[in-house]
Amino acid sequence: MSELPAELPITGPAAPPRSNGELVFDAPWESHLFGITMALYEAGRFEWGEFQQSLIRAVHGWETEHPDGEGYVYYERWAEALEALLDQRGIVATDVLDERTAALATRPSGHDHPG
Amino acid sequence: MTAVPRPHDHPDAALRAEALESLLLEQGLIDLEKVEGLISRYEKDVGPMNGAKVVAKAWTDPDYRRRLLEDGTAAIAELGFAGPQGEHIVVLENDAKVHNVVVCTLCSCYPWPVLGLPPSWYKDPAYRSRVVREPRAVLAEVGVTLDDDTEVRVWDSSSEVRYFILPERPAGTDDLEEEELAALVTRDAMVGVGRVPVP
Repeated sequence: MSELPAELPITGPAAPPRSNGELVFDAPWESHLFGITMALYEAGRFEWGEFQQSLIRAVHGWETEHPDGEGYVYYERWAEALEALLDQRGIVATDVLDERTAALATRPSGHDHPG
Repeated sequence: MTAVPRPHDHPDAALRAEALESLLLEQGLIDLEKVEGLISRYEKDVGPMNGAKVVAKAWTDPDYRRRLLEDGTAAIAELGFAGPQGEHIVVLENDAKVHNVVVCTLCSCYPWPVLGLPPSWYKDPAYRSRVVREPRAVLAEVGVTLDDDTEVRVWDSSSEVRYFILPERPAGTDDLEEEELAALVTRDAMVGVGRVPVP
């Protein structure tokens, strides 16, 4: 077996299927990102195929830079794909998003865990 | 929510998602109630239990089984399951001769109306690359051992088509009702990385 790549991990996000009892999302931001994407799609802001192509590009880009696959977070690639699409469409420019993210980061403590 | 750090906590990603949501809300491009409704739908209502009903019906109704294998999308819609990522569903049957297993090599394509959102392992680079290269080894690791003369077919969902597996009905289930059968069917069996266990 030594010529084979490392076996699939037994636990963690890359663990192979052993039960059906896992959560759909790993964190609230992931579920919100998904909900936002679906809401924009349902409102006709983009075709699903366009988002899918953007996602394929984001996944491929990450995998090219990280050939060992360590540290992969699927919804970070999803975020990258959505941001690229919204920037391209002139819906939310990346620099505007950068500024808003920086502004939220400077909030006084106690305000960084909404909900 | 507790504040215990986990490997999946990425503060920057969380902040960025919050920033994006706030910008979209301000522009009136999304509605928070609708976003939360969509999240709830995919967390609670759309999932493998839908696919399990399809499988159980196919096991008990030969006409339905034939329709399902001919036109997956239409037969699945008969049970009320349709929507995004379900426009072109192709159903493949697993038996002793052929074992089909599904992957999306490029991203995460998956038949949402019948299986819900894909689990982590399905989206992970390890599964996506290895199941193509060495499907028998991956299947053996997850407990699916195959006879040497069973043919393994790997189906890549990275196109318009979403694949859905009709697993083999386990032995000793002749007396079970459709609803009882549905309770046996696992998500993994409908992706081809598991078998429906004998009750």
